[in-house]
Amino acid sequence: MSKGEQDKKATRRDVLKIAGALAVGCATPSVTVSPAAATPAEMQAAVAKVIGDATLNVGKVKLDIPPLVENGNTVPCAVTVDSPMSATDHVKAIHVIAEKNPQPNVISVQLGPRAGRASVSTRMRLRDTQNVLAIAEMSDGSFWSDRVNVIITLGACLEDLI
Amino acid sequence: MARVLINAPAKARRGSVIEIKTLISHVMETGFRVTNMGQSVARDIITVFTATYNGEEIFRAQLFPAIAANPFITFHTVATESGVIELKWTGDNGYSATEQVRITVE
Repeated sequence: MSKGEQDKKATRRDVLKIAGALAVGCATPSVTVSPAAATPAEMQAAVAKVIGDATLNVGKVKLDIPPLVENGNTVPCAVTVDSPMSATDHVKAIHVIAEKNPQPNVISVQLGPRAGRASVSTRMRLRDTQNVLAIAEMSDGSFWSDRVNVIITLGACLEDLI
Repeated sequence: MARVLINAPAKARRGSVIEIKTLISHVMETGFRVTNMGQSVARDIITVFTATYNGEEIFRAQLFPAIAANPFITFHTVATESGVIELKWTGDNGYSATEQVRITVE
């Protein structure tokens, strides 16, 4: 394949990319009146409320959500934290926060050594394709997190008006 | 009375970790939806779920509108002694539901 052909190929791909982006961009705003999404600032505020001045480490937490979800009204979500759950070293709380929901908080769970295993699962609503963040608060005061990007085909909050 | 499904082992070995699955029927109205007359629909959700094992609290969850209708919650606990696990859901408009499961630890 010559250099010229390669260039042409790249261009064609770029054009398709732009066309795709335009289609998505045009399709979204025309849907229905839906509640305003939380801004990244609101998400930051929700995270700050949980962790305060502490630093948020990445690791130890496993947030298990299917990467591609058809229906945003019920998204299975499981959070597992790597912890021995002993009296001296356990998970105190688990928080799940969604970036673009009207209200970022999803669930806050309080645990203790009696839990035996730091693992919780539920089903949540997601308004749009977005990042979901799980934060675990340890008994020593440290915070650990996991972030997952979820693609939603049909978001919550878009069902027929009642 | 709300319809509730609970999946918990009836028998467990002492010290083993058991899984408890709960499902309760509830609309979980978010408060973000509007009718076609333009009026917003008031929020009606379950806000707190707690589990107590022989009177001692073992699990507490604070729920937000982002929890799907008919909240499904799974958690774990250590089977320490025979007794009763009480599950309680409380929410908006004075909503309250309580269920008990009996567990035998050997």
